Amino acid sequence: MAKIDSAFFNLGYLDRLSYLDTPVHRLDPRSKLITSLIFIFVIVSFHKYEISMLLPFMLFPVSIASLGEIPFAYLAKKIMIVAPFAVMVGIFNPVFDRGILMHIGDTGISGGWISFISIMLRFILTISAVFILISTTGFTGVCLALERMKVPKIFAVQLLFLYRYIFVLIEEVHSMMAARALRSFNGRGMGHKVAGGIIGHLLLRTIDRARRIHLAMHCRGFEGDIHIMRAMKFRPADALFIVAWSSAFLCFRFYDIPGIIGKVTGGMFR
Amino acid sequence: MSHHIVEVKDLFFNYPDNIPVLKNISFRITHGESVAIVGANGTGKTTLLLHLNGYLVPASGSVRIGDFPVTKNTLNSVRRTVGMVFQNSDDQLFMPTVRDDVAFGPLNLGIPPEEVEKIVENSLTRVGALGLKDRPPYKLSGGEKKAVAIAGVLAMSPDILVMDEPTANLDPRARRRLIRLLSSFEHTKIIATNDLDMALDLCGRTIVMHNGEIMADGTTKDIFSNGEILEKSQLERPLVMQKCPVCNSEY
Repeated sequence: MAKIDSAFFNLGYLDRLSYLDTPVHRLDPRSKLITSLIFIFVIVSFHKYEISMLLPFMLFPVSIASLGEIPFAYLAKKIMIVAPFAVMVGIFNPVFDRGILMHIGDTGISGGWISFISIMLRFILTISAVFILISTTGFTGVCLALERMKVPKIFAVQLLFLYRYIFVLIEEVHSMMAARALRSFNGRGMGHKVAGGIIGHLLLRTIDRARRIHLAMHCRGFEGDIHIMRAMKFRPADALFIVAWSSAFLCFRFYDIPGIIGKVTGGMFR
Repeated sequence: MSHHIVEVKDLFFNYPDNIPVLKNISFRITHGESVAIVGANGTGKTTLLLHLNGYLVPASGSVRIGDFPVTKNTLNSVRRTVGMVFQNSDDQLFMPTVRDDVAFGPLNLGIPPEEVEKIVENSLTRVGALGLKDRPPYKLSGGEKKAVAIAGVLAMSPDILVMDEPTANLDPRARRRLIRLLSSFEHTKIIATNDLDMALDLCGRTIVMHNGEIMADGTTKDIFSNGEILEKSQLERPLVMQKCPVCNSEY
């Protein structure tokens, strides 16, 4: 119960962050969305043993988060919540891929461990980029940007509705869980069987609600298209934002910046 | 001003399981009237309301809104004439912000965006919720949600307001504010409710439903003073018409 509670309030917090007024928040949602997509695409394009070349990309989330006044602790917590999924993806690499790829001192490091670390790095980079995108743009802003960028309307609208009703759904789950907990004693009543019933019941309620929402939409002249008024202004600063970051990403992608820095600093000490 | 008239004639309706829900309903509501539809839970009040904007189609009988019978072809003008406020505001406020929600109807009607912006401001001002314009609906209180839902309906400038339990789940002050707001409207009002005190405050006429039929139709005062009708339809006198609990004096 407490977990649901805090997830709920954190979602509200994410929403609140999006109402801040910083240079990052003032950018057009589309420019942030495009830049984030390019960022993710470039990161995914590295081969599976890459670690060092991924490091310069940290610059993007770190600088945008600090300019956008997104607290790092909050970001870290959010990343931790989704981390198990990434760990599950990479956890067997060290078991199957045992070929030694490099040595640190006398210890050989297998390819599996390197690819695992690479997966985790990519995960942190991409997820933090997405969180920063949402918390500086707002979920609604992202959906509207998607719509303006000619993503099929049905997807954008679906996401909007998802976001609108997730709060209602969480509240409903919360009160059902509370109702169950209050009438369960000594662990009886808290089992899977009851949970199954609750989930089924929740589904029925949701279907019923969907019907009522659809009715409410029809009552106000809905005929298959959702119109949203929102002025979006793509200014020169937005173009600059996209171009500057994209060229940085390409530069990080094709030049081994850490290697160059290593060589230069190494040269200085020689 | 015939377009404010609501006329229901010999209406029958069953849900697919063939259990009759509405039986032989007839009434005529004229321009500017405020009518309460009261009755125990499950007597078909909501089902009746859903006929008034053409969401449900009668098994037999007819519904006329103003000059048009409610049919598939007249649906658009009917839905524009009849504004419906739902019992659960969360079902009605489905857009990301209050402004988007109030703008939803007018934009669907094809009104140009600059104009819609004005309509949104006017509607929100009328219900006293202009300050909530940029808020997401999930952050509003029950009373605020109701006010915004009403603004969303007003934005389509309907002639007839149909409301399902508008005072349900409101705290006393929000309820009082809503009653005051509704009494300031000149629309024809049809309100399904179990809040008989509100019915007494707002509606000159009351229709009592029982088991899908109209049991009584008359002035609100007459009906609420008729013990027999109230008893049969599982209702009670409004609190203001009951004995004073302190001094025991009669109404």
